[in-house]
Amino acid sequence: MKLVIGIVRPEQANQVLEALHRAEVRGFSISRVQGHGGEMDRVETYRGTTVQMGLSEKVRFEVAVSDNFVDQTVQALCEGGRTGEVGDGKIFVLPLDHAVRIRTGDSDEGAVTPVSK
Amino acid sequence: MNGGIDTGDTAWMLVATALVLLMTPALGLFYAGLVRSKNTLNTFMMSIAAIAVATVTWAAVGYSLAFDGSGDLVGGLGNAFMQGVDFSPHAGTAIPELVFFAFQATFCIITTALISGAVVERMRFGAFLVFAAVWSVVVYAVLAHWSFGGGWLFERGTLDFAGGVPVEMASGFSALAAALVVGARKDYGRQALLPHNAVYVLLGAGLLWFGWFGFNGGSGFSTGQNSVLAFTNTLLCPAATLVVWFALDLFRGRKVTAIGAATAIIVGCVLITPAGGYVSPGWAMLLGALGAVPSYLLIVWRTRTRVDETLDVLAAHGTAGFIGILFIGFFAQKAWNGVSDGLLYGNAGQLLDQVLADLAAPAYAFVTTFLLLKLIGAVMPLRATDKEEAGGMDVSQHGEEAYATGEGAILLLPEERLGVPVADPG
Repeated sequence: MKLVIGIVRPEQANQVLEALHRAEVRGFSISRVQGHGGEMDRVETYRGTTVQMGLSEKVRFEVAVSDNFVDQTVQALCEGGRTGEVGDGKIFVLPLDHAVRIRTGDSDEGAVTPVSK
Repeated sequence: MNGGIDTGDTAWMLVATALVLLMTPALGLFYAGLVRSKNTLNTFMMSIAAIAVATVTWAAVGYSLAFDGSGDLVGGLGNAFMQGVDFSPHAGTAIPELVFFAFQATFCIITTALISGAVVERMRFGAFLVFAAVWSVVVYAVLAHWSFGGGWLFERGTLDFAGGVPVEMASGFSALAAALVVGARKDYGRQALLPHNAVYVLLGAGLLWFGWFGFNGGSGFSTGQNSVLAFTNTLLCPAATLVVWFALDLFRGRKVTAIGAATAIIVGCVLITPAGGYVSPGWAMLLGALGAVPSYLLIVWRTRTRVDETLDVLAAHGTAGFIGILFIGFFAQKAWNGVSDGLLYGNAGQLLDQVLADLAAPAYAFVTTFLLLKLIGAVMPLRATDKEEAGGMDVSQHGEEAYATGEGAILLLPEERLGVPVADPG
């Protein structure tokens, strides 16, 4: 089991969702985060106060998958998230020790495999 | 009375003018709530831009082209740069020309702002400024002349109390043309593009309704009977529209929606705009009820098409203005308005005058706006780049965000500003 974390541009989040859907990856959660990854900074001015915005809005996908779904998930995140410009984001794959589906008490592989009906 | 000026009329018109000016920021709020959060400021700023640009063009030539002289198609330049606009009463009223000028200016402003609804989330701000400046003269001032200022519709006796022709049909059909020329947002039809703040939408609609009492109630330029009738009809007609809209929502989706209610308020106010001072309170309520249906159906249908007339200016303003003008042809009642009867009261000629306005105004607005935007598009890009559109118009057009948290913002001292934007790509 792996936990795949993908950090993407908010405007690409929809494409990522579609790519995950096509790859039949069904369970995930997303959150809005702010981060910095070496992209060009934006300069904004508010009533004479000029600031350099060092953090950009990003969307963070967390997908817990069984080992044979890792490649498809990473590929879907890449496919949906890529624009080719600096700031497209990163993907991290982490080992996952234990998972439980709260409703049934299923654990590990059983918990991260989508219910088929 | 003092030099032909009535103090009561003037006092009311001063207030009415301020009420109508409030409608434009209210429209900005209404529109801002309907777009995605990354485009909030740009959308709001288009309405503010209309106040800036259309006021200046109105003072320069717009007012004169609309209200100077009785040419069939367009007025003269006798009042250009506000020559002769002073304390003496405006012809046919007991209010100073200056007040009349300011009141009419607020109409030009809101009408120009209305069209932005068709092009939000992708049109370049600079291109919109140019468009607003030219449109406020070549479309608004001309149609205002036709309807209010002694042009051919006015001379025929077409009844248009507060601007079904120059405000509602002009903005609605121009919006359709603008949406076609500027083109759809790149995400349109591929993603769900949802309103980001329904509370703004409701508050904006509420403030618009409030301002509309000045818009319609002031269009008699007095505190006379037509003004009072229009004022009260501005309460009755939108209320009837709301009730019918609730029913249509219930029938279609089993739930009454908030964004639908806000839309219904606008549609109801538009419906009564041309008819306010001409139909009885009872007929005003019928107008509100009947008129809800075509706008509702058009909004439902339009979203299934490829036409990204984003905030449905055609359905809310064009269609409802069309219905309002037509309705007068049937239900106008001399006993109430002191001017003319409609078909129902034995005057078929009035219906013909109304139908002519309904044919000519949409055609002029659509064609002129279409050509105007093609022309501006030949000189400068109308649209932001795909990348700017994706990142949001607030940052790309204005260098600001509506909901900036301040986290990660580094203060730049004046001597540092030259070096940015650069970041170490390592």
